Amino acid sequence: MAKVLMKGNEAIAEAALRAGAEGYFCYPITPQTEVAEYLSKRMPEVGGVFLQGESELAVANMLFGAASTGKRIFTTSSSPGISLMQEAISYMAGAELPAVIINIMRGGPGLGGILPAQSDYFQAVKGGGHGDYRVLVLAPSTVQEAVDLTMLSFHLADKYRNPVMLIGDGMIGQMMEAVEFPDDYQEPELPSSSEWAATGAEGREARIIKSLFLDPTGLEDNSWKLDRKYRQMIKEEVRSEKYKISKTNKVLIVAYGTMARICQTAIDELEEEGISVGLFRPISLFPFPEQEIFKEATKANIKSVLTIEMSTGQMVEDVQKVVQGKKPVEFYGRTGGIVPTPDEVKEQVRGIVSKKKTSGKSRKKT
Amino acid sequence: MAVDNKTVFDRPVALRDVVTHYCPGCTHGVIHRIVSEVLDELGLRERTCGVAPVGCSVLCYNYYNCDFMEAPHGRAPALATGFKRMRPDMIVFTYQGDGDLASIGMGEIVHAANRGEKFTTIFVNNAIYGMTGGQMAPTTLQGQVTTTCPVGRDTSMTGQPIRMAELLSALATPAYIERVAVHHPKYILQAKKAIRKAFRLQRDNKCYTLIEVLSTCPTNWGNTPGEATEWLDDNMMKYFPLGCYKDFQEDDSGS
Amino acid sequence: MPGITIDKDHCKGCELCVQACPQRILAMSKDITVRGYYYAQLADPSRCIGCRICALVCPDVAIEVNTHGLMFELFDY
Repeated sequence: MAKVLMKGNEAIAEAALRAGAEGYFCYPITPQTEVAEYLSKRMPEVGGVFLQGESELAVANMLFGAASTGKRIFTTSSSPGISLMQEAISYMAGAELPAVIINIMRGGPGLGGILPAQSDYFQAVKGGGHGDYRVLVLAPSTVQEAVDLTMLSFHLADKYRNPVMLIGDGMIGQMMEAVEFPDDYQEPELPSSSEWAATGAEGREARIIKSLFLDPTGLEDNSWKLDRKYRQMIKEEVRSEKYKISKTNKVLIVAYGTMARICQTAIDELEEEGISVGLFRPISLFPFPEQEIFKEATKANIKSVLTIEMSTGQMVEDVQKVVQGKKPVEFYGRTGGIVPTPDEVKEQVRGIVSKKKTSGKSRKKT
Repeated sequence: MAVDNKTVFDRPVALRDVVTHYCPGCTHGVIHRIVSEVLDELGLRERTCGVAPVGCSVLCYNYYNCDFMEAPHGRAPALATGFKRMRPDMIVFTYQGDGDLASIGMGEIVHAANRGEKFTTIFVNNAIYGMTGGQMAPTTLQGQVTTTCPVGRDTSMTGQPIRMAELLSALATPAYIERVAVHHPKYILQAKKAIRKAFRLQRDNKCYTLIEVLSTCPTNWGNTPGEATEWLDDNMMKYFPLGCYKDFQEDDSGS
Repeated sequence: MPGITIDKDHCKGCELCVQACPQRILAMSKDITVRGYYYAQLADPSRCIGCRICALVCPDVAIEVNTHGLMFELFDY
């Protein structure tokens, strides 16, 4: 199919339809409301369900109900709205329901701001709700990748019968880029949802879609069953990308989403100055690319790892955990909607390379 | 002339033959039976999905013999909305207590009713939180003693009990809303009529339907099952008058 | 002649049927079931009119009503 210039939010909406989404439940919140506006026209055209609920909390619970029919359904929201959805996401994980939840992140905490940020990493990756569960988390860095990962999310949600979360920052949603939708979208074969969905107890025993196990052994069995799924995700669903990683690298940057793209520009410009820097970009944030980062970070030529985020430092903790102190792990961050510029990135790298920098978190020069 | 022995009253198919966990004399059991009888009579069991609340009746999915979902506390109407929108051909009902529907779930029930979602709600009002051991609920009566208003509900501090049937009937969207009771045989007959009408309206895809059922809670009211029926008759019936608060007119079926 | 059968394993001894029976012919047992409940019993089967009221009020569907052709049709249900 030909490339078309599209806003991220609308590209994500269209991608979901192409992946066979039949239901979309939403609530307006900047910076992702265009998804709802787009689908309010498009969903009826494809005979799907579009419904604007009374709150993100209600919307997430509508998702639970809709997912119980075995059909592909999703929602999009932004940080504060995603906070309201956490209880239902925990229930969907406990009841093994597939659902796609897309967070176009904005500045936080609280009402925060409406500009792009990456401050929901912990919420997404460490599980924002209660109980022993995880959510598979993917992070696109371009509008095209947002399209591809949105479509992939539906497959992974069905494959694991678990909520899948896509987190992009406000720029991913608001930016316009040329995108291409696959013509004949093929997916690996999956068992039909009619084997577990609540399709009516005709000719079979009634089914109960629930997460309550008053008997502790029942709850433990269920939790370990979920855990096995997460072990499988860790084995099969790690996704990442390397940029200009080579034996000459002095510094390894670890960054995801929009932040990674900005670092690529900085890396190219540093290369011209004769400073070799590589970028490791996690695409799956859970499962986190632990072995891959460890392998790259502990190479002899690497002097230091530099994690850059649009937050006050969240993924950096996981990078530190992975590197296990074998190399210094520096952090640089801007947040609240301020997006670091390539120059800021270059300044950080120069500081590391010339040893003038002490380790630990560095702040914007106040 | 041999007179054959006819069974004129028996357990409905839609109600599993198990002993429930409900306390002796708790009229949840009567309501479960009525709903199951209606599912049988209208032939809906095999295309029904119920939504269980959080409360005593969370375990109703062990008793109703049809597909079920278990909702977070108060969110059953949202689950029902999501399900029914995706499968309008199926019958969906939420079975909720007063804490679930009128307290934490007030937002969900008001908006589901106002959108005219085509599912049925069986709202069991026993003026107390049962499962957690008898706390004050939004429908607890003035002066009624519970574990969180031990000297009786002080409505000057906690407001008056909420009349859900009346409240939801103020919404413009077409609906059928009736309050019934099950603490006496004559009311049980009326309750079944109302519940059958609600499921029939849903089957015919007409409107949102809610039946509020006054129900007893002997254990947490602190009286015997028999006394509980009398307490309900003397106290709850006054504050929560029975009757049809919103009836469905055919011309309303514009939605 | 109409009659009822009470499944004592379902009965929880709540006595709602005893209270509701218009013929006043239901009473509680002297012994208890394995669950520890006294259970309802038909004290005088000959005076049962098969009106189904006991079964209506029973929260545990423990009462089955059978008629031998004769039934006192009070109401449809």
